[in-house]
Amino acid sequence: MKKHWYDYLWVLSLTYLILGFFNILFAWLGLLCFFIPLLIAIIGGNKGYCNRYCGRGQLFSLVGGRFGLSRRKDVPRWLKSKGFRYGFLIFFFLMFFQMLWTTYLVFSGAQDLRQVVTLVWTFRLPWQWAYSGGVTPWVAQFAFGFYSVMLTSTVLGFVTMLLFKPRSWCVYCPMGTMTQLICKARHRGS
Amino acid sequence: MEKTGRRLRRAFVTREDCVACGCCVKVCPLGAIAVVKGIAAQVDGERCVGCGKCARECPGTVIEIREVPA
Repeated sequence: MKKHWYDYLWVLSLTYLILGFFNILFAWLGLLCFFIPLLIAIIGGNKGYCNRYCGRGQLFSLVGGRFGLSRRKDVPRWLKSKGFRYGFLIFFFLMFFQMLWTTYLVFSGAQDLRQVVTLVWTFRLPWQWAYSGGVTPWVAQFAFGFYSVMLTSTVLGFVTMLLFKPRSWCVYCPMGTMTQLICKARHRGS
Repeated sequence: MEKTGRRLRRAFVTREDCVACGCCVKVCPLGAIAVVKGIAAQVDGERCVGCGKCARECPGTVIEIREVPA
């Protein structure tokens, strides 16, 4: 099948993850993965981002599919249930807002900058080597928090890629669930 | 014309479980499946030959191949 330029966006996703190990401030670029799908869903009324431009999904396809690291088993029924998908979306947002709150605390001076990346909302990994100053503390705090979100979702996606099908992450991806809800709302009645 | 009883294969999507990720669209060799309005995948029954590539690729396993009368 003919390859398009957007079939190589996995390179950007991989580069993003690697850059976070060297300079945490690159984490800000990850906001593109939040705003672009939302804009496509709100303005275009479709899931063009998931369908074409999601570099992370392509990365899972490549590693799990072509490189054969996926067991290619069916995902369990509960994982694709609406209850889990919507519940995970809410949980993900709560964690996201908690991260924004921490950023605010640093901004207001109530809390010092914490140079850690929190994996799976639990494990605090020292990450001070990726930050050498130069920006106001809240900008760095947001970067650490946002990279935590991105790394956590990548790790979860990688685990489900190994256990189930390559793009199992797509089944419960919060952005995918949210953009689908937006599309359903936009096309209600049509 | 004499009926032969021949049966064809077609892909069917369980729309309520589809997450509209588009994995099926990428692997369909005949362009017989599309994600409509960002809600769910939809199969073009005229084009689909039931090869099963979409069903194998679907991360949610919401596509199945069924036999239909010719």
